Amino acid sequence: MGFILEIKELKREFVVGSQIVRALKGVSFSVETGEFLTIMGSSGSGKSTMLNILGCLDKATSGEYLLDGVNVKQLDRDALATLRNKKIGFVFQAYNLLPRTSALENVELPLLYQKGVSHKDRRDRAMTALEQVKLADRYDHTPSQLSGGQQQRVAIARALVNEPVMILADEATGNLDTRTSYEIMTLMQELNQDHKKTIVFVTHEPDIAAFSSRTVMLRDGIVQRDTPNANIKSAREALNSLPVSDDYQIS
Amino acid sequence: MIIKLVKMSVINLLRIALKALQRNKLRAFLTMLGIIIGVASVITMMSIGEGSKQSITATFSNMGANMITVMPYNNMPMPGGVRLGAASVQTLTLSDVTKVKENVHNISAVSPGVSSSGQAIKGANNWPTSMQGVSPDYLFIRKLSIAKGTNFTDEQIRESAKVCVIGQTVVDNLFTNGVNPVGQIIRFGKIPFQVIGVLAPKGQNTFGQDQDDILLAPYTTVMKRVLATIYLQNIYASAVSENASSGATDEIIQTIRDNHHLRAGVENDFDVRTQADLIQTIGSTSSMMTTLLTAVAGISLVIGGIGIMNIMYVSVTERTREIGLRMSIGARGKDIMWQFLTEAVMISITGGLIGVTLGITASLTISNLLSWPTIISESSIIISFLVCALTGVFFGYYPAVKASQLDPIEALRYE
Repeated sequence: MGFILEIKELKREFVVGSQIVRALKGVSFSVETGEFLTIMGSSGSGKSTMLNILGCLDKATSGEYLLDGVNVKQLDRDALATLRNKKIGFVFQAYNLLPRTSALENVELPLLYQKGVSHKDRRDRAMTALEQVKLADRYDHTPSQLSGGQQQRVAIARALVNEPVMILADEATGNLDTRTSYEIMTLMQELNQDHKKTIVFVTHEPDIAAFSSRTVMLRDGIVQRDTPNANIKSAREALNSLPVSDDYQIS
Repeated sequence: MIIKLVKMSVINLLRIALKALQRNKLRAFLTMLGIIIGVASVITMMSIGEGSKQSITATFSNMGANMITVMPYNNMPMPGGVRLGAASVQTLTLSDVTKVKENVHNISAVSPGVSSSGQAIKGANNWPTSMQGVSPDYLFIRKLSIAKGTNFTDEQIRESAKVCVIGQTVVDNLFTNGVNPVGQIIRFGKIPFQVIGVLAPKGQNTFGQDQDDILLAPYTTVMKRVLATIYLQNIYASAVSENASSGATDEIIQTIRDNHHLRAGVENDFDVRTQADLIQTIGSTSSMMTTLLTAVAGISLVIGGIGIMNIMYVSVTERTREIGLRMSIGARGKDIMWQFLTEAVMISITGGLIGVTLGITASLTISNLLSWPTIISESSIIISFLVCALTGVFFGYYPAVKASQLDPIEALRYE
């Protein structure tokens, strides 16, 4: 299997006033097609900087980043935008759905920035993506009519619609309760195992990392640990083993 | 293929902008309001201005657009330094009329003019008016026509006959019992006149002057029997066409100067005015008013534009996260810029369309309710519409550029 992304000696420095802050001090790792990678680390570990660089929102000060064979370093602002549009599907902690806009239209959004996709094509692909996250019946609901977990699933559908080489999730379960988190992770595992999607999941929760196939632990801007997960936990089983919600009683 | 791609992205752009506006309908409408009011008032003001200008021109051509009026004029102070009004200055005589008739080309009719104010009396009724002593050609010069009876003849001029032609207002005030005035005797002062004709009514002109309060008699009668003078107060002439009036004016000036034996360098002792001059003078006053009103209306259009800019800035700040999201899923800086620019132009163009409709409605309402003449010119619609589209581009540009330059990382984190 080929590498979907390769990182070599990646460094990122910020100039704050007269000081230079080194957020990443030489990070190297690669991700193969079909992997489910979690990047872990406490705050200040360089996790967010790593995520921005992986998402092509930011560029490294030095070192190499190859995404699907493309060297990101040589690209300008517009080319980076095009690259994000074609190769990356973002899932954010705060969902970032457009308010007062239907689920279907939210999912369509990345395709609006792609040339040559017809109106019907866009609609069909968005519908397919919504089916993958099992929300096809809610296509005309606006975010305010959906629960947090459903909103995140719409966001995942939006990340899937442009058929990216990699789904990049940033604390995607951070705003959700345990049950809904496990639901989202079940969906992520399904996408990874059944649909062979490469997923990079940034989180600081160890129990979320247990569902992935490999964990990279960052600390103070370097890779502290890079371990494959021999015993991948099934999110579906974890979900089923949860006690029935006692938050409210159904009489 | 390329055209198809471009077309596709333009449609997408319109779709994105339209959806964004739909999310905030009330705000979009309030932003439009400035533009709507601006465009509507520009169109209304211009239509009122254009309408009054046309109605003034119409009044003058109704009074005889080719009419040339000569009046006595003397800028030389009398001994003792007193200057006299035109009516008191006595320089024009019947010989001037004869010379003008003989020598000036390009005129179709000439009439002397003398007038005397006084009371017209019939039985128990009386009416204050002024008697105009003129020749039969006067009717042609002033575009008047006889409704009943006849005009007076050259024969009656020679005889200084005591006959007169009266306007509808005089008829209404003297003949209250509905008697046919033609053939009746009225008195002007102490002199009896036989009414031989009634003029067709013309109504009021734009300045509110009653054009039917008129009493015409042979000039010889007025000069000899009423005023006992040999001097004229006016000479009226009619140029063959509006274009010929300026050449005819020059010839009249030269003829009368010769007749008055004025040497080169001596000032004219008379003044010649054409209707065209008057139209121009009054027309320029009216177009100055129009310009002024339109400028005020234009200012409200600019204020409307500033309103758009203000709202677009607020919108960019408020939608920072949305901009960040759009950038992270592949929108380039220019996509974001075009989106906000399109939104601004959509607001201004929609506002412009509503404004044009409102302006036309307002103009029609004004002309119906207040019976002011209004003329909606196509140019006013096109100009105000173009101006408001440009306003959208101009005031939408800076907020749009600001949005496009946002850093996606910071925009995504914006709270």
